[in-house]
Amino acid sequence: MGMTMTEKILAAHAGLASVRAGELIEARLDLVMGNDITSPVAIQEFEKAGFTRVFDTGKIAMVMDHFTPNKDIKAAQQCKQCRTFAVKHGIEHFFDVGEAGVEHALLPELGMVGPGEVVIGADSHTCTYGALGAFSTGVGSTDMACGMACGRLWFKVPAALRFVLTGKPGPWVGGKDVILSIIGKIGVDGALYKSMEFTGDGLKHLTMEDRLCMANMAIEAGGKNGIFEVDDVTRAYLEGRYHRPYTVYTADEDAEYEATYVIDLSEIRPVVAMPHLPENVMPAAEADERAIDQVIIGSCTNGRIEDLRMAARVLRGRRVKKGVRCIVIPATQAVWRQAMEEGLFTVFLDAGCAISTPTCGPCLGGYMGILADGERAVATTNRNFVGRMGHKTSEVILAGPAVAAASAVLGRIAQPDELEVLA
Amino acid sequence: MKAQGKAFKYGNNVDTDVIIPARYLNTPDAQALAAHCMEDLDATFVARVQPGDVVVAEDNFGCGSSREHAPLALKTCGVSCVIANSFARIFYRNAINIGLAIIECPEAVAGIHEGDRVAVDFRAGVIENLTTGQTFATHPFPPFLQKIIDAGGLLRSIREEEKA
Repeated sequence: MGMTMTEKILAAHAGLASVRAGELIEARLDLVMGNDITSPVAIQEFEKAGFTRVFDTGKIAMVMDHFTPNKDIKAAQQCKQCRTFAVKHGIEHFFDVGEAGVEHALLPELGMVGPGEVVIGADSHTCTYGALGAFSTGVGSTDMACGMACGRLWFKVPAALRFVLTGKPGPWVGGKDVILSIIGKIGVDGALYKSMEFTGDGLKHLTMEDRLCMANMAIEAGGKNGIFEVDDVTRAYLEGRYHRPYTVYTADEDAEYEATYVIDLSEIRPVVAMPHLPENVMPAAEADERAIDQVIIGSCTNGRIEDLRMAARVLRGRRVKKGVRCIVIPATQAVWRQAMEEGLFTVFLDAGCAISTPTCGPCLGGYMGILADGERAVATTNRNFVGRMGHKTSEVILAGPAVAAASAVLGRIAQPDELEVLA
Repeated sequence: MKAQGKAFKYGNNVDTDVIIPARYLNTPDAQALAAHCMEDLDATFVARVQPGDVVVAEDNFGCGSSREHAPLALKTCGVSCVIANSFARIFYRNAINIGLAIIECPEAVAGIHEGDRVAVDFRAGVIENLTTGQTFATHPFPPFLQKIIDAGGLLRSIREEEKA
């Protein structure tokens, strides 16, 4: 019996010829990541257990992105704790305000993750890096502490689901619409404990931004990891930013999948996920017409340059509806600079958007766009749980950047085609 | 090891944002986190929960964020055990790693109601609903995970291995 992409990567990192779904293994780690919320707990545990040194100062990344620039004194203390630890242990990849960005946009952009690697991060959206053909998964702070100390961690080899992508997506359809449609189909625990492997002819129509967005949300289906086959799009993305030799693992023809889903990308429409679960998916065109109060365009899901370009295409020459607060958050410093140089900020400013420095901020209800009671937001983020962006009676509607921008203009859930008609 | 207390019963997809809202994650202090445990799902939870109490829920408990603050808040509140049909995987790892007992047992979930007195005998693998007299058998953990649990968490387990 053959192996899946995930099984091959885990076998190689466990020093085994083969592994099987369900097997408990210990794997070598290529990168251990944490942020300003999860690292302090990891540091506490690391020190409490009596560890005095990290396994490799070049294979640990700490990104100050969640409550930064520090939202309050407690948040500042947490960053200070991380900074002190990073200096003490000589951690090479410590990213502070001014160089940081939203972690899952930043690390791929800097070429810190690549095909065939095993990456853990104390953040559930660490599964993002599967877009590059890595096995990458979110863990807690104790696992992060263990990873920092030992460079190894235990895993249960996941069973796998295969998603065969065919066809070509329509003009306003992006990775967000594809992954939300998949989550709508299989549910928020449809891939529980499992690997989601993406393959098929349709892959060539998905940009790296689309793939990063899709792998990012594997966790919203309960997945352990999401992973994409490495192809020319991957190689082009790695060119000039990833400087280590890498191994490309492809699934064997007789690899075992619990289920195979064929997804025709040409049939995917712009969608939204209604409160309070990412599985409550429906076409944006069929959503209710109730007024919205806020639009967020950003996050580790949709804060990359292509996302901002898509939003700008919709917003160019238009105005955000009076009564709606539209906040654009480029995910990294490099995205910020590029958006500025391409003139996207002029489009956003003319439309009446606020532009923020990179931060996770409102996505998790941290700051920089918190909702009052009963308020509704359309957001390009990844979760719409109760209270996620603020008051427990507020609502978050998930969408891609095109739908979010169109919704900002019309003051209700909208799809970009409606604007063409109105123009 | 045994636990006993009253049951708090919840539904599907209890996410980590309601177990501990992110607005309180500006501190890693367990007591401070525990003060807001379950706040957005059950505002009276913290006032009512007693040491030994058991949280019972349906599918996909602990879905969402990787925040270890979630099992930590439950444990610090005095919750002795979470029984669910299934757990989200990061929550599952985190609970084992920090020593919060978790049990996947759909039969027990179906047979326990809000407020029932529940006793759990971890060694024997038996959950008893003291209110109704029903008992439920649990599945043992794989030996590898049991070793971590017995050591009192992942890091202690690793330190013991290093010393051995």
